Amino acid sequence: MLIAALRKELLLQWRSRTQIMAVFVFGATSLLLFSFAVGPNSEALRLYSSGFLWLGLLLSSTLTLAESYAAEMENRALEGLLLLPSDPRALYYGKAIANWLQLSMLGIALVPVMVVLYDAGTTDLLRLFAIILLGAAGLSAPGTMYAAMTSQARAKQTLLPLLLFPLIVPALLASVKATSLVILGDPMRQLTPWISLLAAFDAIYWSLCGLLYSRVVED
Amino acid sequence: MQDTFAVDAQNLARRYGRRWALADVSLQVSQGSVVMVAGRNGSGKSTLFRILSTAIRPDHGSARILGFDLVRERYDVRRDVALLSHYSYLYETLTAEENLRVAAEHRGLSTSGLRQLLERVRLGQRSNDPVNTFSAGMRKRLSFARILLQQPRVVLLDEPYGQLDPEGFALVDEVVNELKSNGVTVLVATHQLERGGRIATDAIALEQGRVIFRGPAKECPSC
Repeated sequence: MLIAALRKELLLQWRSRTQIMAVFVFGATSLLLFSFAVGPNSEALRLYSSGFLWLGLLLSSTLTLAESYAAEMENRALEGLLLLPSDPRALYYGKAIANWLQLSMLGIALVPVMVVLYDAGTTDLLRLFAIILLGAAGLSAPGTMYAAMTSQARAKQTLLPLLLFPLIVPALLASVKATSLVILGDPMRQLTPWISLLAAFDAIYWSLCGLLYSRVVED
Repeated sequence: MQDTFAVDAQNLARRYGRRWALADVSLQVSQGSVVMVAGRNGSGKSTLFRILSTAIRPDHGSARILGFDLVRERYDVRRDVALLSHYSYLYETLTAEENLRVAAEHRGLSTSGLRQLLERVRLGQRSNDPVNTFSAGMRKRLSFARILLQQPRVVLLDEPYGQLDPEGFALVDEVVNELKSNGVTVLVATHQLERGGRIATDAIALEQGRVIFRGPAKECPSC
């Protein structure tokens, strides 16, 4: 059933691919605006680049996560799936994996923008992409659950970041630190502990949210 | 004895805010029968159907569907019950066939007969068109196809004639009669009392969330 849920999510994402492009433009614009805030100080730009990358991704994630429930709420399609019956955990993991893929692609697509705007390149791309994959997992797991919680609320665009941001602070902090170490260098060998911390939070989010999801979507 | 009923509900009640949408409703429906549920707008028909389909929980009372408890064994209930709701449960950007495929795959059913199912509800020509290009009546037909796909033992049809043309009316009657001949229990909530009376044997009428009539469908008072 997980495969069916994931296939449905990917099909829905493919049908709304113009939205994905719009979110990328939003993320890139955020990075551009952050560079204006710092000014023409290339050292400071490089120093803060990892923080700006993750802030851009975080802001973009609220759009993609909320949008992932728009199709479910339009004709109460999610309720229809639950009544088939479908396993709520399969529905959750299908959506969370699809959101993770989308956020990971967005994060990877924002890297060249970061390099151009902040002159923050690295030759260790493999590690950088691995951190983006882990960090995106830390955003998408709780984000998918909170997007479900707020999807029926009137002020969902306000509520989602309000609920989500405090919860993902540890994962976000670990992502920023790890990215910074890859870009600026790691003389003290701190990268592995930060990546381990990020992976640990991912494991907690993915297991806990999967367990709680049925309580969120059922009456 | 209790399990001979397809639906056995006792004192069901549900409220929204301070208003009781359904109050103390009990009903027993024999397996294989067709029962009409009549009542004005806001009388509690949809709430009753949403409770019986496990979409929402009752605030009071209990019910068993084919012997399964509505709350404790909701996944067993869902395997045997299909609901035609006011909501179409369709994905707007997916095609008619893709919508049925999604439902079939989530239900663990074969996807080989989807075309025939769409032909059955006269949507064969539009199977590759996205749902957001469909009229309200076509969406209803597709929702019907989704119900047939589930192969349920109890079917809850909430206003099945709404938004349909005369050809659609005939399709609903045809499908209900076929379900009946296959031993499927059907509950039909409708304002079309004359039409409902032709396909149903028994009826209940609701007013302000309470049962005000119980008896043969042809004697159901207009609400």
